[in-house]
Amino acid sequence: MDAPTLQTLLVERVPGARVEPAAAADYPTLVVSREHIVDLLRTLRDDPDLGYSCLVELTAADYLPREPRFEVVYHLLRLGARDFPRPGENPPAARLRLKVPVPGGDARVPTASTVFPNANWLEREVFDLFGILFEGHPDLRRLLLPEEWEGHPLRKDYPVQVSVPVRTTSAIELTEQEFVANIERQRRFTGAKRTS
Amino acid sequence: MRPPMADAPAKSTRTETMTVNMGPQHPSTHGVLRLVIELDGENVVSAQTGIGYLHTGIEKTAEQKKWQQVIPLVERMDYLSAQSNSLAFIMSVETLLGIEVPERVQWIRTLIAELQRINSHLVWLGTHVMDVGAITVMLYSFNERELLLNINEMLAGFRMFPSYQRIGGLREDLPVGFHEAVKSFMDRFPERLATIEDLITKNEIFLRRTRQVGYLSKEDAIAYGLVGPMARASGIDYDVRRTFPYLKYPELDFEVPVLTEGDVYARYRQRVAEMRESRKICLQCLEKITPTGVYQIDDYRIVPPPKDKVYTEMEALIQHFLVYSQGFMVPAGEAAVPIEGPRGEQTFYVVSDGTNRPARVKSRSPSLLACQALPVLIKGALIADVVAIIGSTDIVLGDVDR
Repeated sequence: MDAPTLQTLLVERVPGARVEPAAAADYPTLVVSREHIVDLLRTLRDDPDLGYSCLVELTAADYLPREPRFEVVYHLLRLGARDFPRPGENPPAARLRLKVPVPGGDARVPTASTVFPNANWLEREVFDLFGILFEGHPDLRRLLLPEEWEGHPLRKDYPVQVSVPVRTTSAIELTEQEFVANIERQRRFTGAKRTS
Repeated sequence: MRPPMADAPAKSTRTETMTVNMGPQHPSTHGVLRLVIELDGENVVSAQTGIGYLHTGIEKTAEQKKWQQVIPLVERMDYLSAQSNSLAFIMSVETLLGIEVPERVQWIRTLIAELQRINSHLVWLGTHVMDVGAITVMLYSFNERELLLNINEMLAGFRMFPSYQRIGGLREDLPVGFHEAVKSFMDRFPERLATIEDLITKNEIFLRRTRQVGYLSKEDAIAYGLVGPMARASGIDYDVRRTFPYLKYPELDFEVPVLTEGDVYARYRQRVAEMRESRKICLQCLEKITPTGVYQIDDYRIVPPPKDKVYTEMEALIQHFLVYSQGFMVPAGEAAVPIEGPRGEQTFYVVSDGTNRPARVKSRSPSLLACQALPVLIKGALIADVVAIIGSTDIVLGDVDR
């Protein structure tokens, strides 16, 4: 199924969505509006004619200084396997790329994790490295970098080399009485007998 | 639920769950994976995964490098299947460039990809079975893997990260004695694999540790994007090599093993079966590859010209200088060509802005997705099975964190 056919199908199934084919070297690519991305993904997954049941990749790219600056990219796969997702023969295997332009001043996209569970971590990674917010995400925390990291490294305006001062934590200081009291409390808690 | 102890008074029976931290330095987590497991007795109620301890920002570094210089970087992502990473990256870049490498190069690349699959599966087999308690298998499988590393060394001088495949072909021609080395490995391999299988396939301890443990349903496998050996062990008949053929796979005679049980034992049998198929592919490739011949395209804007020309021709000297000083331009666009790596579908999403450096390199890592699905697999299992389940997903933390 080529990009223009998919475009007409999707516009028909998801009213109001803006879907435009784009040139790509490998497989069909559609540029879609971010307001409808979740509906489009759900249609692509559930519609028996489409059946793109697997989200293989979700990532983003920064095109600074172009505006809209970011693109969130979804790679979908139709397996073409027997008996999946429906019993018997299924439509042949195919791939599809969806791209959502995201402006730099308002970098937010609705979350796809309600449709594809594996979007959860992939969106956390994009949030971590690009600072794009995914609205409605159940657990939008940094995935790879430490929680207290500042900035989003894969943005083009983030410096290549940053020096972060080494943080050290001092050892816990306990008096002997506190140490023994801790052990005693633990023993009471677990009901263990003293051996000595 | 634990039965209350006979002599203990009922009011002292405590029913709250216990939280156990496993990792990031636990030896069976295959790197630095942190698991926070909530236990009810010995049963896992829930699990949380913590990753990022190996994050080195390879994708950011790659944006500073010239196209050809990215290859050694991506090989270090998934350090057990280095040449599959570089193959996936190279295929995406070559799609953008619109070049097709000569037939002989395609055959050699196919052979290298399959050798890499056997190599990676051998490491997985040894470490996974050692996690479950059988140390002998690790010694046997690492012995075989050593021979594959020797072949890498012969090929490129490097054992783990050969960087032998380049955009536009290979670094140099095959070394003398390459065919014999691969052939002698392939001749002894079935017997060695059978020895390993004799030790564990019908081993009562191994069966009890792995059967009906860590069940993954078809639906979950696809919902979590685990396309590859994990999904095939759960009954999804999908393999990139057959469904979206690349290199010389359409001309090869091989089967895609598919199992339906979806447990740890099925994943073990799945990968062993894949090693046998890989051997078949390797032998077919060997027949097609001539000992010497063309090993790169003849476009000297992308690959350096041969040394004898550089020393004798002005034009070749200029091209040599240009290739090594400023690299080559890749037309603006994007590509993501999927290949079947040892852990599942591998893709490099590559964006070019028309310059000599990539604008974005994103690795689709099967390990990251497997790691994400770990809580689903672990939930409801016994604490002793957690190690077996982690091993069966075949995660490489270098690939998870990148």
